[in-house]
Amino acid sequence: MATLEIRDLHVTVEADNATKEILKGVDLTVSQGETHAIMGPNGSGKSTLAYSLAGHPKYTITGGTVLLDGEDVLEMSVDERARAGLFLAMQYPVEVPGVSVSNFLRTSATAIRGEAPKLRTWVKEVKETMESLHMDPSFAERNVNEGFSGGEKKRHEILQLELLKPKIAILDETDSGLDVDALRIVSEGVNRVRESGEVGTLLITHYTRILRYIKPDHVHVFAGGRIVESGGPELADKLEAEGYEAYVKGGVSA
Amino acid sequence: MAEAQNIPVGATTAGSIAVAAESTVATRMSAPPSFDVADFPVPHGREEEWRFTPLERLRGLHDGTAVANGGGVKVTVEAPEGVVVETVGRDDARPGRAGTPVDRVAAQAYSAFEQAGVVTVPKETVLTEPIRIAVHGEGGVAFGHQVIELGAFAEAVVVIDHTGDAVLAANVDYLLGDGAKLTVVSVQDWDEKSVHVAQHNALVGRDASFKSVVVTFGGDVVRLHPRVTYAGTGGDAELFGLYFTDKGQHQEHRLFVDHNAPHCKSNVVYKGALQGDDAHAVWIGDVLIEAKAEGTDTYEMNRNLVLTDGSRVDSVPNLEIETGEIVGAGHASATGRFDDEQLFYLMARGIPEHDARRLVVRGFFAELVQQIGVGDIEERLIAKIEEELEASVA
Repeated sequence: MATLEIRDLHVTVEADNATKEILKGVDLTVSQGETHAIMGPNGSGKSTLAYSLAGHPKYTITGGTVLLDGEDVLEMSVDERARAGLFLAMQYPVEVPGVSVSNFLRTSATAIRGEAPKLRTWVKEVKETMESLHMDPSFAERNVNEGFSGGEKKRHEILQLELLKPKIAILDETDSGLDVDALRIVSEGVNRVRESGEVGTLLITHYTRILRYIKPDHVHVFAGGRIVESGGPELADKLEAEGYEAYVKGGVSA
Repeated sequence: MAEAQNIPVGATTAGSIAVAAESTVATRMSAPPSFDVADFPVPHGREEEWRFTPLERLRGLHDGTAVANGGGVKVTVEAPEGVVVETVGRDDARPGRAGTPVDRVAAQAYSAFEQAGVVTVPKETVLTEPIRIAVHGEGGVAFGHQVIELGAFAEAVVVIDHTGDAVLAANVDYLLGDGAKLTVVSVQDWDEKSVHVAQHNALVGRDASFKSVVVTFGGDVVRLHPRVTYAGTGGDAELFGLYFTDKGQHQEHRLFVDHNAPHCKSNVVYKGALQGDDAHAVWIGDVLIEAKAEGTDTYEMNRNLVLTDGSRVDSVPNLEIETGEIVGAGHASATGRFDDEQLFYLMARGIPEHDARRLVVRGFFAELVQQIGVGDIEERLIAKIEEELEASVA
């Protein structure tokens, strides 16, 4: 069973000629089949956690370990992490002009699977997945994220999630900027992947809204660069009712 | 996070944005067009039409110190049956008929050439195979003149391939009869020391179609001046260009479309990639719609993909309109960086860095390569782009 183990992770960024510590000792274990929601106020470091795990060059790891099935993730390049089974659905997916979605998906699937998918089954697989996400077939011929609406970008991220079948999926504010219909469609996509039982999901969100569609097993409150409280789904209900104020004002300090 | 910051039209782009000086087609010229080199002062580098060009690297083509030394370049013409291939003297009427030199180097080339090549496709002759003109530098200095003439309703594809080591100044004339269709692919695949300065003059006949594809990879300095004028109504000109500017190279493409007849079309698309220190690409796109050119439809675009720091792009589109009775006129210029966010996104999907870069650059050029319509040239271009990218990764 695949497990992602984050131990005492410290991360800094360079901003305005100064080094700023964003993550201040994150501990978290996510196993295949589990869904963890990470909730927290803006600026708490949730997205930094997501991008650091994926290996974004902007972030410097200054301490701690991240292991995927015992392998040192922090030693891997960005593409190696993806091939090892980590997937990050991004909050702000990047435009890649001149590269079509279909070419991108196939290149990516070839890299992740280690061999080119058989054309006939691949075309069918892509078509069916796009249909289930209510994406028009013409989407495949557009350039990656170029001119996509916010909802289209998120659907495109979930399309990749479904096709690439990672061991660990990190969803960084996938719900932000979506209307209710789009949120439902995207959540259904995430749930299809979860139902396989083969993915561990790290759901990063500011709002409890998405948790009506994607039920977490564990809820963690993120504040000041670390997890300050963990619990079951009931913790989300508490946050819904009370907000983050208690955490932001230092009500819980470690 | 976006890959391409859009640069306002008329801007000079070098990672930063600067607004280009106000100028018009006429004010760009320091002297009126002329066949006589003596009519042009020796440029000092501050003139509008020379300000981007490293004069000190032109090996004397601009100041009269470059002297033809015989055997500078070797020209070989391969033509299908039905095509007339000639070498003519200065007294022949055809060289210069398509256009007049607009700068000192073109005038120098005209004043100094001894023999011109003339390739004629007789009227109503439709070729199924391309005409291939190989221009191979043999290490010397040369002044050249080439004429390609298509009679009425003739159709041809011409590939002009520049390779080897040379210092070459040349004029190339394209004369299209009424209803003729000419596609010309000019490939600048020079060795790294070569200097090539040339003016291309197309005179597009009534209802004729001219397609020019300019592909520049090699050379130390390449400065080309593709120009189009119309001899009648209904002419159509498509000017496509692709360049890959490497470390230390200067590649300059200065286009001019003179809409001097009614109901003509022009479409200009130039795309370039740059990599390495002091790689410098210059694109000037001048379009003039004269008062009599009612019904004109024109568009021009330049896009640049900057792959590494240290390279520079100057992109200056310029549209001058003397009549409002037109179908359409537009231009665009954009310079984008291949940035780390793009690379991160592709790599985060398992794609290795090398493949990710290749994917983006191939994608950037693909649309243009498909426009060429000459199979072996398309393949060679894709291979050449791959080769350039291999070099950059290594």
